[in-house]
Amino acid sequence: MSADTDFVDYLLRRGDDCLVTAQRLGEWYAGAHEMEEDMALANIALDQLGTARLLLTYAGELEGEGRDEDALAYLRDDPQFRNCLLAELPNGDFGHTIVRLLFLSAYQWLLYARTADATGVDERWAAIAAKARKESAYHLDHSAQWTVRLGDGTDESHRRAQDAVDRLWPYTAELFESETTDGRALDPATLRDDWLSTVDKVLTEATLSRPADGAFEETHTGGRRGAHTAHLRDLLAELQSLHRAHPGATW
Amino acid sequence: MSSEPLWEVFVRPRRGLSHTHVGSLHAPDAALALRNARDLYTRRQEGVSIWVVPADAITASSPDEKDAFFDPAADKVYRHPTFYHVPDGVPHL
Repeated sequence: MSADTDFVDYLLRRGDDCLVTAQRLGEWYAGAHEMEEDMALANIALDQLGTARLLLTYAGELEGEGRDEDALAYLRDDPQFRNCLLAELPNGDFGHTIVRLLFLSAYQWLLYARTADATGVDERWAAIAAKARKESAYHLDHSAQWTVRLGDGTDESHRRAQDAVDRLWPYTAELFESETTDGRALDPATLRDDWLSTVDKVLTEATLSRPADGAFEETHTGGRRGAHTAHLRDLLAELQSLHRAHPGATW
Repeated sequence: MSSEPLWEVFVRPRRGLSHTHVGSLHAPDAALALRNARDLYTRRQEGVSIWVVPADAITASSPDEKDAFFDPAADKVYRHPTFYHVPDGVPHL
């Protein structure tokens, strides 16, 4: 693979994480326990969508096959998506949604912050990361606040939050798989230690425990290569239905 | 329907101005009330500072006592600075 193909894939992985996360959070609209939380999750979804647009647009330009953000978002099938499996899992209950957002936003925030400060990385990617970093800090704050309240809340909220941590944890290894970056971007594999200490701090405050390293013989992976769960196909069917029925539709 | 307490939100639009009541919201505690206020009331850069106050901590004047509270001020014109001559050319008085 050429260096450009690797970097296009790198951008698609980041952009698809954002796009799929936006779609999942959007599903909460009018469904959260308070109107205020509907607003918060929708705000985060829109932030994610904004970053997805920047990343997919850039990936399409570098790819050089004339695909814009819409072509990439609406006209790829699930094997061409590069998001992590963690992002595509169904929302589950509010606790699952919050714990998933904690894991993802801690990862995104670290990656954006490191990239924005790094020297020698691709300039436009660094600029996108610099813009997304503040938004991401808020996503991390929101999910951390709620993780603490659910974990250190009632018996029932603790049980559900702990269940979310146990179920979602095996999906987090995929976030830190090494990626070829040709010096234009940071390898996500370098973020794991800092991610662990960020997440551990929140889980400890929330009186939640996480599986020890190596507790799972098998981790769930494949999304970065296009091997997705059936959940992504369902998500894309909804996301893409309008564009596929009415190509180029605008309002 | 809502089980979470009600909070009153005050936003200071710019440095030098005072906090102004902008509305209310539900949140389980003060920290989340601040964050909800940020989402609901400062989406378009309306503010530089937010206060949230538990709604039940506010003591309000009663509408029934409106006359006794406010009417006595109506005929006291000497409380208004209306007897001063404003010189020409003073634009911002």
